[in-house]
Amino acid sequence: MDNGLLFAAGGLGVFLIGAWAVVLRAHLIRKILALNLMSSGAFLLLVGAGAIGHAGVDPVPQAMVITGIVVSISATALGLAIVLRIAKTTGRALLPEDRERTPTDRPLR
Amino acid sequence: MRADRWHRHLLRLVLGLALLAVAAGVSLALMTAPVAPGLGDAIHGALPGAAAANPVTAVLLDFRGYDTLLEMAVLTAALAGVWSLGRAHRTRPTNPSPVLIGLTRVIAPLFPMICGYLLWVGADGPGGAFQAGAVLATAAVLYVLSERRPGPRLPEQPMRAGAVAGLGVFLAVALGVMAGGGRFLEYPAPLGSGLLLLIETAAAVGIALILAGLFIGGRPGGGDG
Amino acid sequence: MQTFIVDTPWTIWVVAVPLIGALLAFLWPRRAVATGFAFGLATAAVSLALLWQVAASGPRIYAMGGWGAPIGVDLHTDGLSAIMLTMAAVVGTAVSVYARPYLAATPDKARGFWPLWLFLWAALNALFQTNDIFNLYVTLELLGLSAVALVALAGSGPALLGAMRYLLVSLCGSMAFLVGIALLYRAYGTLDLTLLAARADGGLQLGIPLGAMVAGMLLKTGLFPFHVWLPPAHGSARAPVSALLSALVVKASFYVLLRLWFTFQPADEGLALLLGGLGAVAVFWGSFQALRQRRLKLLVAYSTAAQLGYLFLAFPLAASDPALAWGGSIYLAVSHACAKGAMFLAAGSIMTEQGHDDIDGLDRVVDRMPLTTAAFALAGISLAGLPPTGGFVGKWMLLQAALEQGLWHWALVIVGGGLLTAAYVFRVLGYAFTESSHAREEHAVPRTMEWAALALALAAVSLGFIAPWALSLLEGVLP
Repeated sequence: MDNGLLFAAGGLGVFLIGAWAVVLRAHLIRKILALNLMSSGAFLLLVGAGAIGHAGVDPVPQAMVITGIVVSISATALGLAIVLRIAKTTGRALLPEDRERTPTDRPLR
Repeated sequence: MRADRWHRHLLRLVLGLALLAVAAGVSLALMTAPVAPGLGDAIHGALPGAAAANPVTAVLLDFRGYDTLLEMAVLTAALAGVWSLGRAHRTRPTNPSPVLIGLTRVIAPLFPMICGYLLWVGADGPGGAFQAGAVLATAAVLYVLSERRPGPRLPEQPMRAGAVAGLGVFLAVALGVMAGGGRFLEYPAPLGSGLLLLIETAAAVGIALILAGLFIGGRPGGGDG
Repeated sequence: MQTFIVDTPWTIWVVAVPLIGALLAFLWPRRAVATGFAFGLATAAVSLALLWQVAASGPRIYAMGGWGAPIGVDLHTDGLSAIMLTMAAVVGTAVSVYARPYLAATPDKARGFWPLWLFLWAALNALFQTNDIFNLYVTLELLGLSAVALVALAGSGPALLGAMRYLLVSLCGSMAFLVGIALLYRAYGTLDLTLLAARADGGLQLGIPLGAMVAGMLLKTGLFPFHVWLPPAHGSARAPVSALLSALVVKASFYVLLRLWFTFQPADEGLALLLGGLGAVAVFWGSFQALRQRRLKLLVAYSTAAQLGYLFLAFPLAASDPALAWGGSIYLAVSHACAKGAMFLAAGSIMTEQGHDDIDGLDRVVDRMPLTTAAFALAGISLAGLPPTGGFVGKWMLLQAALEQGLWHWALVIVGGGLLTAAYVFRVLGYAFTESSHAREEHAVPRTMEWAALALALAAVSLGFIAPWALSLLEGVLP
C-alpha cells in the first residue's frame, strides 16, 4: 500500500475519533483534547494525501502543517484559558447542556 | 430521564452515521487518481531564486510568507486574547522537587544554544523560527514550574515588547522592501538570506515569549497593563 | 489625487494598517484606546480608498512576494471584495466610535478590546481579498480566535460559556475546511482558486472536498441546524462585540461560501435546494424564537439567526437569473450588517441607561432616548424589508427572482419571514412607547453612542438609494 495512502487513512481515523469525542464527551478539557486530535488527524491527512503517488518530497503540505500546528496551539491556549475562567466563575468546567447529565461526584465523562 | 437517555442515543446514532458518511466520502476521494502533479517540482525549480536553500523554509518564509505573517498574527492575537481575560493565575507555593530544580539549572543554558542552532540551520535544513521559539519557550515554562515562591514572576512590559517584535519585525521587513520598488514580502536578491535571518530571530524570540505568556494564562502583572 | 489613489497598493495597506494598530495597542496598554481608535479610523479610510480604486480602475491582482500562483499567494480585489471591505469599514467605524465611551467605565476591558478588534478587522480585510484556499484557512482562524476572545472579554459566566461553545463550533468548522483543502490539493495540485477552477471538472473529486468546505462554512455562519452556538454568544457579549459578530463575522464565512460557489459553480441542484431549505427553516424558526424572547439582546441575536437564512435563499433561486438572485443576497448581507449593527448598538445603549434589557421593562424609553429608539426602529424597518431601505432592495430582488421562475414557495418564505420580522420589531417598539413598572436604574448615556447607532441605521436605509451604483460593482464577479 502506498505510504501516503496509509498515512492519510490513519489521519482520517484519528480525525473521526476526535470528532466523535468532541461532541459526546462532557468535560471541556476533554473536548479541547478531542479538538487537538481532530487537528492532528487533519494534518496527517494533509501530508499523507499530498504524498500519494508522488515520488519526490513536496514541501508545500509540510509548510501548511507547520502553519496549522501553530494555529492549533493558539486555539488550544485560548480554549484552555477560557476553560480555567469558566471553572473559576461557575465552579464546573462544563457547558450548561452537559451539567444536568453529569453527576458532581463523577465529573469526568 | 427516559427521554433524556433516548436523546443521547439518538445523538450518538446521528453522529455515528454522519461520521461514517465522512469516512466513506474522504476514502472515496483518496482512492481516485490525482489530476495534476503536486507543487514539489515547481518549488524545486524556483528554489535557486528563493532566499533560503531548504525548500520548506523557502515555502514558509519566501513563497508563502504571507501565510506565515498571518499565522504570527494568530499567535499574537491569541496572546492578546488570553491576557485580556485577566491576571495570570497565582501558583501556590509548592516545593518543587530538587530534581526539577537541579535539572533546570543544568539544562537551562542549553536551551538558548539549541534555539540559536535551530535558527541558524533553518536556512539549509530542517529548523527555523517556530522550532527555535518552541525550544526557548520550554525554558521559560521550566523556570515557571521550578519557582519556589508564588509565581509567576515574569516581567510584563518586556514580554509585551518581545511578543510584538515577532510580528512587528516581519511586517516592517515586508513593508520595507516595498520602498525599494518591490512587492510586499519580495526580498531583494542580495539581502534575501540576511533579511530572513532577521525575521526568524525576531520571530523566534517573539514566539518564545508568546508561548510563555500563553502558558501562564493571563497578564503577569506589575504595573496596570 | 486621482493617480495617488489608483497607484498605491491599498490592497496591502488595508491589511497592514490594522495589524500595526493592533500591535501598538497591545504594546502600550495605557494608550491602547487612543491608538486603537486612531488606527481604526485609518483602516476605514484605507478601505474607502480601496473602494475608490476598484470602482475607478477595476479589479486588481496582487502577487504576494512577487511569485504569483501556484507557487505564491495571490490577492484578488474585485467588486465583491470592495463591497465587503466597505461594509466592514462602515460598520467598523460606527462600532469604534461607539466602543470608546461604552467601555470607558471598564478600562481593563477597554485595553483588551482594541488589539483584538483590530486583529479581527485585519482578518476580515485579508479574508475578503485572498485567492488562495490555505490563506483563507489562516484568515478564518485569525477571525475566529479574535471573535472568541472578544466574546469572552465580557467576563460573565454566560459570556465565557458562549465563547467556549463558539470556539468549539468554530474550530470544528475550520477542521472540516482543512479536510477539504487536503483533498483539493491532492486532486488538483494547487491551492489557488483560479487554477483550481480551471483544473476542476466536477464529479466526486470536486464534490467531496467542496462538501466538506461548505459544511465547515455552515458551522461558522450558524445556519440551521448549526445555529445553536449563535444566540448565546451574540446575546451575552458586550454590545459593540455583538454588533461586530452579527454584522461582520458571520458574513465572512458566508462570503467564503459565495466565493467557493462562484469559483466552482457546482451544477448540483440538490445542494442548492438543501441550502435554500435550511435557510427557509432558519428564517421561520429564528423569527419564532425571537418573538418569544424576554431579553432584548437575545431577541436581536435570534433575529440574526433568522436573517442569515434569507442569504441562503439565493442558492436555489440563481438558476435562471444569477445576477438578480446573488445581487439580492449580497445586498441583503450588507444591509443586514448595517441594520443589525445598529440594533445591537441601540440595545447596548438601552442596557447602559436602564441597567437591564428586559423588553417588557422598556418603560417609554422613547422619551429618554429618542435617538436610540429611532435607530432601532429604522434598523428594524430595514430588516423587515420595507422600502426604501437596503433590506427592501435585497428582498425585492430575491422576490423577483423567485416569481420570475414561478417558485411560489420561496416567495412565500420571503414574504412570511418579512411579516414575522416586522412582528418582533414592532413588539419591541410597542414596549418602547409603553409605561412599565419594572424596576430600573438611570444612567447617563453619552450622545456619541446614540449617534453611532443612529448613523449605522441611516446607512442601512440609505443603501436603498445607492443600490444601482453599488450593484454595478458586482459585474464580472457573479457567474
